[in-house]
Amino acid sequence: MYAQMVTSEASNEDPEKLAAFQARIDAGEKIEPKDWMPEGYRKTLIRQIGQHAHSEIVGQLPEGNWITRAPTLERKAILLAKVQDEAGHGLYLYCAAETLGVSRDELTEALLAGKMKYSSIFNYPTLNWADIGAVGWLVDGAAIMNQVPLQRTSFGPYSRAMIRICKEESFHQRQGYDIMMKMAQGTPEQKAMAQDALNRFWYPSLMMFGPSDRDSVHSAQSMAWKIKINTNDELRQKFVDQTVPQAEYLGLTIPDPDLKWNEEKGGYDFSEPDWSEFFEVIKGNGPCNAERMEARQKAWDDGAWFRDGLMAHAKKRAAARVAAE
Amino acid sequence: MALAALDLDQALFEGLCRLGDSTLVLGHRVSEWCGHAPVLEEDIALANVALDLIGQTQMWLGLAGEVEGKGRDADTLAFRRDVWDFRNLLLVERPNGDFGHTLMRQFLFDAWHQPMLKALEGSGDARIAEIAAKAGKEVAYHLERSADLVIRLGDGTTESHQRMQTALDKLWPYTGEMMMADATDQALAGAGIIAAPDSLRPAWDALVGEVLTEATLKPPEGRYMHKGGKQGTHSEHLGHMLTEMQWLQRAYPDAKW
Repeated sequence: MYAQMVTSEASNEDPEKLAAFQARIDAGEKIEPKDWMPEGYRKTLIRQIGQHAHSEIVGQLPEGNWITRAPTLERKAILLAKVQDEAGHGLYLYCAAETLGVSRDELTEALLAGKMKYSSIFNYPTLNWADIGAVGWLVDGAAIMNQVPLQRTSFGPYSRAMIRICKEESFHQRQGYDIMMKMAQGTPEQKAMAQDALNRFWYPSLMMFGPSDRDSVHSAQSMAWKIKINTNDELRQKFVDQTVPQAEYLGLTIPDPDLKWNEEKGGYDFSEPDWSEFFEVIKGNGPCNAERMEARQKAWDDGAWFRDGLMAHAKKRAAARVAAE
Repeated sequence: MALAALDLDQALFEGLCRLGDSTLVLGHRVSEWCGHAPVLEEDIALANVALDLIGQTQMWLGLAGEVEGKGRDADTLAFRRDVWDFRNLLLVERPNGDFGHTLMRQFLFDAWHQPMLKALEGSGDARIAEIAAKAGKEVAYHLERSADLVIRLGDGTTESHQRMQTALDKLWPYTGEMMMADATDQALAGAGIIAAPDSLRPAWDALVGEVLTEATLKPPEGRYMHKGGKQGTHSEHLGHMLTEMQWLQRAYPDAKW
């Protein structure tokens, strides 16, 4: 769930075309980049896929924070491979967005200018090694909840990117849980780290699904277009139901005194996260917003000479080829 | 002095630590870039290189532990030795600097690493030959990438040229150590386990010369070469790297991860 609160745009196009488009979606057909599509559909998708791509890129930072301190060679290799997968996901998603007529550089500039968002979760810090486990278990776990249904999304390139991404994300989630097992079964200090990680990541993970969208017009439009498949509340409930037994197995306590199995609904009752905190994080006031954006800005600025150098060399080569012909 | 079997085992342990510590330290340095590279493709490529180097470290230090026979595995060697026991080349512990500095360090190392592994494929020790063959496939790709980028940036803009030249000037005095032999190298080369370090010189000179010419870069005039890494005398930088890398293992010595 790396796209939160994506505003969908209404479309004021020819009603006949709109109806034909909707009929294709209802029939389960995939929309491909060259097909006609409502402007609102295109813009909403650019926003959603772009936000998802940015989340993958910014998401490298909290995990990258532990690569140089990973406790064994194997853990270091696994973490490196995971962060590399995330950069790869960013790449497929930017490519999917490019098919809608926006370049990767334009999306990057919009992110750096604060005009586009990334998931709120990456504005939380990774403070102990168990956080790397918790990120895989909870954050990737929450992301999978949303991304599995998105494999069936109506836009072809997005759907195909999701199919690839989901395979890797499930692997990451298992690796995260494996770290949690080691920590939860380890020394008293390791157990304390595991519990501390769960305490800090539980509510931010619930926030990843976004606030309840019961009354949201945008959600209704996105759901009709099959850009969004389930409501935020459905996904959050599914996540809690899946995660609670996993925490019990680890012998860890979910930091919610009101968490209780509800026989009637066949799911857990649980406390809502503090939505005022969520809105502050979205506004830029989370614990790491400033650092995350500074890191991305610095990478972009420091890399300018590198990108320019490669372009200049490519031009020289092209000119030399022309001269030789 | 005649070399007893015990001494050869000691030399072999040292030689394997030289290989494994160099890949470990360089892999660590490269991994410091994660999430901060100038373009996404570079983030991916750097992670790939770091991963390969860490994988090679597991093999070299794993074998070193076996040869030593004191029950130390690759992780114990990586995370529980102090600076003076590290045997990596000084070149690989140089801090990253800008992206050009990182790339130049990689190229100067790869240009040695690839032919060195090629030679090790013919090692009299089958375990070493096997690791070298596996690592060699990965390193051939590292060299292709780093040489290509050095050429493109050397012969890019005025700024990219200047940055690559500065990196070359700074790193050049750390390249000699790769081809300098000491008693350990001589013992291992004499036993047919490794190629004599100076035998790698012609290949390195030719490759580096060719790439730098195409990149419009010039090696500095000075001939002075730093040494000591292979014998355990390091720069100040390595201790800081180990402080970070070994922290969890040192702080929680009883924990399993």
